[in-house]
Amino acid sequence: MSFDATFQEKKLKSVGTRPLRPDGVDKVTGRARYGADYNMPGQLVARVLRSPHAHARIVRIDTARAEGLKGVKAVITAADLPDLTNGNAALFAILDNCMARTKALYDGHAVAAVAAIDAKVARAALKLIEVEYEILPHVVDVDAAARPDAPVIDEGIFTSGVEPKPDSPSNVAARSEFGHGDVEAGFAKAEVIVERSYKTEQTHQGYIEPHACVANCNADGTADLWVCTQGHFVYRQNCADLLGLEVSKLRVTSSEIGGGFGGKTHVWAEPVALALSRKAGRPVKLVMSREEVFRASGPTSATSIDVKIGATRDGRITAATSTLRYTSGPYPDTWAEIGAMTSFACYDLENVKTVGFEVVVNRPKVAAYRAPSAPMAAFAVESAIDELAQEIGMDAVELRIKNAAQEGTRASYGPVYGPIGIGPTLDAARVHPHMSAPLGKNQGRGMACGFWFNFGGETCTDLNISADGTVTLAVGTVDVGGSRASLSLIAAEEMGIPYDDIKAVVADTATLGYNDMTDGSRGTFSSSMATISAARNAITVMRERAALMWDIPVEDVYWEEGQAKAAGSKYGNLSPLSVKDIAAEAGNTGGPIAGHSELVADGAGVSFATHICDVEVDPETGATSIVRYTVIQDAGKAVHPSYVEGQYQGGAAQGIGWALNEEYIYGEDGRLQNPGFLDYRIPVCSDLPMIDTQILEIPNPNHPYGVRGVGETSIVPPLAAVANAVSNAAGVRLSHVPISPPRILAALHKQARE
Amino acid sequence: MVEVTLWAGLIPLADNQKKVTVEATTIRDLLRKLGERYPGPKAPIKNEVAVVLDGTVYRNDWSKELPDGAEVFLMRRLAGG
Repeated sequence: MSFDATFQEKKLKSVGTRPLRPDGVDKVTGRARYGADYNMPGQLVARVLRSPHAHARIVRIDTARAEGLKGVKAVITAADLPDLTNGNAALFAILDNCMARTKALYDGHAVAAVAAIDAKVARAALKLIEVEYEILPHVVDVDAAARPDAPVIDEGIFTSGVEPKPDSPSNVAARSEFGHGDVEAGFAKAEVIVERSYKTEQTHQGYIEPHACVANCNADGTADLWVCTQGHFVYRQNCADLLGLEVSKLRVTSSEIGGGFGGKTHVWAEPVALALSRKAGRPVKLVMSREEVFRASGPTSATSIDVKIGATRDGRITAATSTLRYTSGPYPDTWAEIGAMTSFACYDLENVKTVGFEVVVNRPKVAAYRAPSAPMAAFAVESAIDELAQEIGMDAVELRIKNAAQEGTRASYGPVYGPIGIGPTLDAARVHPHMSAPLGKNQGRGMACGFWFNFGGETCTDLNISADGTVTLAVGTVDVGGSRASLSLIAAEEMGIPYDDIKAVVADTATLGYNDMTDGSRGTFSSSMATISAARNAITVMRERAALMWDIPVEDVYWEEGQAKAAGSKYGNLSPLSVKDIAAEAGNTGGPIAGHSELVADGAGVSFATHICDVEVDPETGATSIVRYTVIQDAGKAVHPSYVEGQYQGGAAQGIGWALNEEYIYGEDGRLQNPGFLDYRIPVCSDLPMIDTQILEIPNPNHPYGVRGVGETSIVPPLAAVANAVSNAAGVRLSHVPISPPRILAALHKQARE
Repeated sequence: MVEVTLWAGLIPLADNQKKVTVEATTIRDLLRKLGERYPGPKAPIKNEVAVVLDGTVYRNDWSKELPDGAEVFLMRRLAGG
């Protein structure tokens, strides 16, 4: 990579300020266009027929009566989406999830779809599609699915990662293991051992905007897709692969996004809309209902985790193990492996072993959810660490500080850490006023740490200078949290011009080179690197243009504070040239002025956070209220501090909902019983206090301004921080998330009986 | 010469070795030589690998030089949210 991303300390003017976001006015006035806000002439309406069964063989589908209904323009089944995945199991899972082929694998699995002139006709057509099912035994619980007598969901799954290779299929798709040292020897040295089992229920990312798209396939092989996504280039590749389209002939435009949090990182219904459009010869709009979002788009894993930690009485951990079972829906994935990697990543352990088991169940295909897999692992480990602190009579923060990972520590997932930030977050927590604030009756305080791998990725940015000297910044990472503002600040800083002179847009797939999606906390980290590079390239061009305007050698022109200046006393009479001056002459100095950048942003660095939570538990009802909440996290450099705070607060709010209320509830029939926001309760404003934040700025050595990703880590500690606070308030340990009122009351009653 | 630690999933494909030694100067050089020596891991290396140098994860920058004495880990590429 030619671009030097090394951190360079310098005084910053724009970066670190808090201007209004460029997309703000459109959003608060309702003018911003989301997935469902786009329309095309002659557009049809799509509706999807979904399996009412948790597990069933599809014996026969007859679409003839639906196709005969007036106003119906196309009906498709899996036969219209032939398998073009060429042995790619991950891609096949996406295809099969979009439209069931031989079996319906969960309640809500798509089996057919209709495009009609309006929603009424489309709904009527769905009722005319005849599907004959052979109902099969199902399993939705992670522990039940892992048992040898469980109904086997996929006869082709034999547990990988075990020796000898099993000779019979099971729902345990894979085993993974990490760690080092000798845990048995470590436990032998322990004076206190805490050994517990934990469960977490399946939650949905809960993005407010459902999946929505408008698809148009033309007869000449070109196609357009307007869609709500975290990564339009990735959706383009997914759709092209699944429909056999040429990648460059499919133009994908990302709409504004009403939340994604990992749930919009691969396609769910977009290939269905394209296939309907291809068959009908007209544009097709497909918008999921909230019920469809819950039943058929990816939630996170449900988990079952065993943790064992041994320590000496002076608080040094001698050994630690975790065994983690994660559901992945009906298709194998690597969610437990990620949980196994992250579970003890906060600590400096001589002896550690973590084992993950991937479990398939008759639930929707699991998708990433903000630091995927880490919150559940942290819940289990940080709960056990808290109990350990209580057993040995040590302060919870002090115990963590004593065992915290630091530079030179071998991480539980393998490598030795470079400079890392967990220590500073714990030090900040120890002295934070929150830690010493008085607590009232029925109140308790908890704290917890969290870890996540951030990453970067392929990134491409164009910076175009207009005739009036204003700048258009075209980026390819979807703006999920204010990145158009942060990237405009970066461009302003680099070029030395006002923030208001920059207009950042998210370009479509036909007008910019490939970009990985916005995930891994990479939006501002990666695109800022490309923006810096593009701005520097534009400045190089502007220096050349200034040299032409002055008729002096370019070597004698330097850039300072947004102006080209002539070096040395021999050009003493030349006034500096601003961006506007140079842009005004562009037509006669070589044409348009632009800076481009294509790079891979790497070296994001791992991320840590420490959270503190106060709760009040009503012993009569078991209801919990969050009284006070503090997030402490390293941002490297907060480009736009308000939006960094927003990420910290948003992650905490989602984690609090996960900890206290949110869960998929299945009936005995394997059908989801609460696919709506009335019965699946995410926190609303009145449920939460103002979440306090403390931004630490320890520069990332692998970014020119020291920036780190901040989007995900904030959801990792809350499950444990809330659980520890509730356990301290109620005087009884809660080990099953969500810690809903019935579970708290049951624990209190059980304690009273004992 | 660098010593490379493999993630558990790669070990069976590399003659059951957890650590292998390779003469390499960059990530690209390292992965190419590993692929030549162990034809089995080629597909996972192409699509699923991230390289950890002294604790920092590199997923795409295969031109990254391997510093003298660096600790090198091959890790699975992870999903993010």
